[in-house]
Formats: sequence, C-alpha cells, structure tokens
Amino acid sequence: MWRMIYLYLVVFIALGVSFAADRKKTYGALKIAYKKFVKILPAFASMLVLVSIILALVPNSLIAHYLGRSNMVTGVLLASFFGSITLMPGFIAYPLCGILLKKGVTYTVIAAFTTTLMMVGFVTFPIEKRYFGWKVAVLRNGLSLLIALSVAMTIGILFGEVLL
Amino acid sequence: MTTKQLVRSVKAAGFVAYAFFLIFSFLKGFEPGKRMAFNLRYFSLEMAKILPPAFVLIGLFEIWVKKATIEKHFGSQSGLRGHIGGVLLAGTTVGGLYVAFPVAYSLYRKGADLGVIFTYIAASAICRVPMTIFEASFLGLKFSIIRLSVSIPLVIVSSILLGKYLTRKGYQIREGG
Repeated sequence: MWRMIYLYLVVFIALGVSFAADRKKTYGALKIAYKKFVKILPAFASMLVLVSIILALVPNSLIAHYLGRSNMVTGVLLASFFGSITLMPGFIAYPLCGILLKKGVTYTVIAAFTTTLMMVGFVTFPIEKRYFGWKVAVLRNGLSLLIALSVAMTIGILFGEVLL
Repeated sequence: MTTKQLVRSVKAAGFVAYAFFLIFSFLKGFEPGKRMAFNLRYFSLEMAKILPPAFVLIGLFEIWVKKATIEKHFGSQSGLRGHIGGVLLAGTTVGGLYVAFPVAYSLYRKGADLGVIFTYIAASAICRVPMTIFEASFLGLKFSIIRLSVSIPLVIVSSILLGKYLTRKGYQIREGG
C-alpha cells in the first residue's frame, strides 16, 4: 500500500513543480504520457489475459504441492519453470515462500523460484516483444534464467544445502 | 491476407473466446474460469493504479530531462558508473518488468547505452527496495544479501556483453515493433 502512496506522492510533486515551471511543457508531457500509454495498451491487455489464465492453471497450492515433494535437482527445475511462467506481486510471493520453507523446501529451490519469478517473464513477453523484438526478448529471458540458476546454486552452497 | 493481419485476427478471436469463456464460467459456476476472472480483475486493478502515474513520470522525463544529461550519465562513455546508476535507478522503480520496459525505451531514446538499458531492466526486476525489504523479512537478510551480491555483478556483466553484441549488429529498440 505505501509504495502506491510513495508513487502518487512523487508524481504529484513532480507534476506540481513542472506546472509551476512551465505550464505548456507540462501539458506536452501529459500528452506524451497519454500517447505512449495508449500505444502499449494492447500489449498490456495480452499480458492480463495470459496472467489470468496461467494463474488459474497454476494456483499456489499446485506450486506448493510440487515444490514440497521433489528432490533438489527436479525442485530447482520445477521452481524455475513455475517462476518463469507466473507473475505474482511480492506480498503474495514471499508469504508463499515462507510457507514453502516451513514445509521443508530448501532455500536453493526457493531462490530459483523467486529469482525466475522476478527476472524471467513469460506473461510480460507481449510487452517486452513490442519494444525489443522477440529475438532479443528471448535472449534476455534466457540470460536471466541462467543468472537465476547461478543465484540458486550459490544460495545452496552458502546455506549448506548443496555439497560440493 | 498478410501475416500481420492474420496474427491480428487470431488475437482478436482469442480475446473474444476468452471473454465468452469467462461469461460461460460465471453462468455455469465453472471454478477455474471464475478464478481466471478474479485474477484478471485483480491484475487489471493493479495496472490501473500503477500505469497512469508511471506514464506521467515518463512524460515528464521526456520533456524535462536533456539528452546530454542521459548521455553523460548512462551513455556509452559512462562505463561501469552508468551500470551502477542503472541499478540505483532501478531500485526506485515500482511494479517490475512491465514498468521497466517503457522506462527503458525512454532512457534509450535519450541516449542511454544498450548495456546500461539491460542492466536497468534486470535490476528493476531484482533490486527494487520495497520488495527486497519484504523478501528479507520472510526469507532472512542472509538470503537477500547473497541473492543481490550474486545477481547484480552477473546482471552487469551479461548486460555489457549483450549490449556490445547487439550494438555491433546495429540493433535498435523500437516502440511497437
């Protein structure tokens, strides 16, 4: 909630300062904002449809079920898969991770899940593609997946879950 | 019919089928369909709250911030400093990837280096300050510190390489490509 307050506060202060400095330029800024927003709106609509379908097909209970009963390697792979295809706000994702921890899921698997959740975006792909083209979008997501696996590995080693 | 028109019609048909499915689910009490509708409502509201202010800030940025300023701090001559700046800027970003993409595009148009752009995008996924505080409270500070200290250097290195590779190939970011 307070991040919304922070966002709106920043916007109102910025708009106020801009308006005081130059009325005409401020109207220009709002016009640009509107045009850009309308232009990308169809991609956002695609994202909303995708995210609603995927979260209905892959509810949290399913994620908890599968991550709770797999070994390290399949756990990490499944976690990366679930993390990549879903989109969750932090206040849903982290409490879920807290529950997973209590169920005995390793930090390694949780790291793979949260990092792919944040960095790899299947549902945000329509938006990414609009700006970057699909090749670069695939490349960026692939690199992000590798980074997420490296994070999971390091967490595993430093938490003593992965023995070298 | 061109491929583009075909893709457009398929998409439109998909949207219509989706809408009918949701209506049907409510009429027949089909649970997964209802769940879909609730998800749609939740995320639409979330977008409706975040996107307008985010785009107003993008508009103000486009009007007020000089190209020379961005070139100096985030341009191809900015080096590692530009990447660190990208990470810091990302820390204040609200929302996640879907807000980072339009911001990244504006930064790019103002002369930011491609590598710095990729650093900014990845960092806005993993380094947002409110989110990290939340993470630490559920998974512990040790978890967050390891996660950040592993991912940030990897993000910067991979972004530099990706940026260099794409710049050499003459790649450009376009809006609505």
